[in-house]
Amino acid sequence: MPKSLISIHDFTKEEMLHVLDVAQEFEKNKVQPILRDKVIATLFFEPSTRTRLSFETAANRLGARVIGFSDAGNTSVSKGETLKDTIKMVSNYVDLIVMRHPLEGAARYASEVASVPVINAGDGANQHPSQTMLDLFTIRQTQGTLNNLKINMVGDLKYGRTVHSLLQAMSHFNPDFTFTAPDELKMPQEYKDFLNAKGIPYTETRDLEGSLNDCDILYMTRVQQERFTDPMEYEKVKNTYNLTASMLGGAKDNMKILHPLPRITEIAQDVDDTKHAYYFKQAENGVYARMAIISYLLGYK
Amino acid sequence: MEKGGKELKVSAIKNGTVLDHIPASQLFKVISILGLKDCANQVTFGMNLESRRLGKKAIIKVADRYFEETEINKVALVAPDAKINIIKDFEVIEKKVIRVPDEISGIVKCANPKCITNHQPITTKFTTTYENGELKLHCRYCEKNTSSDNMKIISEN
Repeated sequence: MPKSLISIHDFTKEEMLHVLDVAQEFEKNKVQPILRDKVIATLFFEPSTRTRLSFETAANRLGARVIGFSDAGNTSVSKGETLKDTIKMVSNYVDLIVMRHPLEGAARYASEVASVPVINAGDGANQHPSQTMLDLFTIRQTQGTLNNLKINMVGDLKYGRTVHSLLQAMSHFNPDFTFTAPDELKMPQEYKDFLNAKGIPYTETRDLEGSLNDCDILYMTRVQQERFTDPMEYEKVKNTYNLTASMLGGAKDNMKILHPLPRITEIAQDVDDTKHAYYFKQAENGVYARMAIISYLLGYK
Repeated sequence: MEKGGKELKVSAIKNGTVLDHIPASQLFKVISILGLKDCANQVTFGMNLESRRLGKKAIIKVADRYFEETEINKVALVAPDAKINIIKDFEVIEKKVIRVPDEISGIVKCANPKCITNHQPITTKFTTTYENGELKLHCRYCEKNTSSDNMKIISEN
């Protein structure tokens, strides 16, 4: 089976660091058409503008050609074709598959069926490892290191897959976590057990203002309406946090604010002009991280 | 073992396998795990028998059949304390202790309704782990855990 990236656990610490180095190289030299004779499929069974455009930009910058769909509605999937058959068929056409699917585990299954590498671009609430790689890349870029950082995760820590994967990836680098969330959206016990087992310290709070001043990274997340089965629950928590520029007076100089985007009310517009805002640069980094993942899995870097 | 004047609630078999000390509530799960529904051999079972240890227990006797270790170990998923007796000529010639296998393929449904295995014709795959002494099945696909309370056995067809 060719090497795929389905879950962040599929990469060792060494592989992560290697891919980050490759991404850094792509950031310096954006035009490296090393995949000129390759075709990459982007199969989006669930729409996602940002992730898809970022992957397609990465593939294009590498010189590869891209085929695919951005919505399963107009494909044979709507005629009842199984995922297995779709993947088998596309495997015969292309050199690598990028896929997003609303069901959890779909990408792992696709990687077992496919004859080419598969990159998971999100499978329901489960994994989204390229987001984790670009988060790691951004953290290292802003702090010069991944080691011994204080990371404050804010917002939806219950359903947010990006924070779960980032927590697991950062566990290699001796971090110190703060989890800032309303009671309804606290970090699940299984992740706290994971940290306890590794001896990694964390504190939990509901108070954003009280937890701003001693962190190196402030990782904000959106409360995702689509993950809630109960709309009343969503209404209760959707506006819990609203970060404004005036709250940042006591923040450390090196502190940077990250957010997987799209943001709604959790970061006010006036934060964009502070030295701490870094989320747009973070989104740009997604292209370099994905270029690095694609070329690593295809054996080019 | 039931001999020495003790009344047998389920009649003895000459040769075969006896599964004893199954919690009464798990009897039909054990039957479907072993696929006994489609078994051609003589199968007898008793449910809600008195048991000092379990309160109500169940017992299954399968004549002229000896199970592979990998097959019988699956029973531990729902009846970890079951005792397996191998019978030859009405005598117990071997007692087997079962243990939950490290990997489970098929048999159990993933408890996560959003798992791909519940929407496409895919064989479930789990690794077994223990959390605070409780058995959990970790799904290879959705990476979620199914606890023993939520375990649903996939019956063969």
